[in-house]
Amino acid sequence: MSIMAVISVVVELQDKPGQLLKALEPISREGGNILSIIHQRDKMTPLKKVPVEISFSVDNQKTALRILNRLREEGLSVKSFNEVRLLATTSVMIIGHIVKTDLSDTINRIDSTGFAEVVDMEITMPEVNKPSTAMITISATGKEKLEEALEILKSVCRDKHLLLIEPVNEELS
Amino acid sequence: MINIILIGFGAVGQGVAELLYRKKSEIERLIGKYRVVAVCDSKGSVIDENGLRIPDVIERKKKGAFDGKKSIEVIETLDYDLMIEVTTTDVHSGEPGLTHIRQALERGVNVVTSNKGPLVVAFSELNRMAEKKGLRLMYEATAGGAMPLIKLAKNDLAGNEILFIKGVLNGTCNYILSRMEKERMTYSQVLVEAQELNIAEADPTYDVEGIDAAAKLVILANSLMEMDSCFRDVEIRGITEITPEAFEVASTRNYTIRLIAEANREKRILKVSPRLVPFHHPLAIRGTMNAALIKTDLAGDVVVMGRGAGKYETASAIISDMVEIYRKRYE
Repeated sequence: MSIMAVISVVVELQDKPGQLLKALEPISREGGNILSIIHQRDKMTPLKKVPVEISFSVDNQKTALRILNRLREEGLSVKSFNEVRLLATTSVMIIGHIVKTDLSDTINRIDSTGFAEVVDMEITMPEVNKPSTAMITISATGKEKLEEALEILKSVCRDKHLLLIEPVNEELS
Repeated sequence: MINIILIGFGAVGQGVAELLYRKKSEIERLIGKYRVVAVCDSKGSVIDENGLRIPDVIERKKKGAFDGKKSIEVIETLDYDLMIEVTTTDVHSGEPGLTHIRQALERGVNVVTSNKGPLVVAFSELNRMAEKKGLRLMYEATAGGAMPLIKLAKNDLAGNEILFIKGVLNGTCNYILSRMEKERMTYSQVLVEAQELNIAEADPTYDVEGIDAAAKLVILANSLMEMDSCFRDVEIRGITEITPEAFEVASTRNYTIRLIAEANREKRILKVSPRLVPFHHPLAIRGTMNAALIKTDLAGDVVVMGRGAGKYETASAIISDMVEIYRKRYE
């Protein structure tokens, strides 16, 4: 399975045997891959419930929502649900008439994918009509998705006659 | 006795001739007796079937181009064992080297070349021809100059599969980029400086547009990775559009910019383009140096670095090919 997203939920469990299973079973049945379980005993509630943080990976957001509903159906109180965490990030540089060629369109082409977004950008414009230089950081839900987003950016840059400078790194981290 | 003809007598050709003369006793200890029976330039040749005296040939060249037989006539008619082909590169037609190498192989002699053109244009044809006739066609000097790359991969890394190669294969571009990085000068300012230092040619297109690096990449991809590629297959982007600000912005993320040639068989990548290179990365080298990172299945990552061009540097690679062909084997 290609890891698409990591979700972490905090559920409050009664401090007695069998409770943890009630939380884990629906996750694994619905296709979640459990990564870690942390008991937060020091944060025990006044009603003597123990918050447990469970992290799991899913292959899409739908699965995540389904799991969440199952947990609620089990009568567990889900205290927090951490949104999809973007897993892969890379920086690329773009040189050329970045602003003139509709910068917001360029960014939107990445953001509109749903699996990748531009999370940071630094742009230097030395003079009007001279090429500008931008460093753009893109995050995606997984390595493959990041590569897919880079392919989109590549074709946008080709169309707009911008120079795209990719990192040489062996691993996109 | 190994009879050698030397085709091409520019800087590299003269460097080879000088080494063959100056290091004769060392080289002969490795491969046995040899002599240079003909030297050709683009106009003519000097020939002595009993062996030329190299200092006389160099003196003769100073007075102007050779007359006498044309190189192709020398290749087709003289009696010799090894042709050293060091004429200038044309990556599109491969000529005149292509005809020279075809004819020499046809005649049944070994060939050592520094000329990228013939190998970029007709890599498999020439290699098949040599193999069929049991001859050696050696070309270490074509990719990376004195930097050991082809024999390193074929001999020392034998048994490994090469997964990808990423390299800085053009010293001129690397010089320009590392000067832009350090001095924050514009591309055109550094180019002028490089031309004054004879690091860049008067017409720098071949280097700065990535053509030279792409030609080397094709040779590496074909000889070490069996990619059966040609020049057209390489996606090429040069360094002329890079702004001085680019280095400033890149450095805030601990990157510099280098022209990187990359061949990856599985991902079907063959490209030469400016890339962001982390400061600590082995390819973030400075000056006219060349470097290559070879990823193998068994040996892991292997990095080499060396001089990619220059009279004696290139000649060094040619001599090493010649020694490889004729080295005395001990039982």
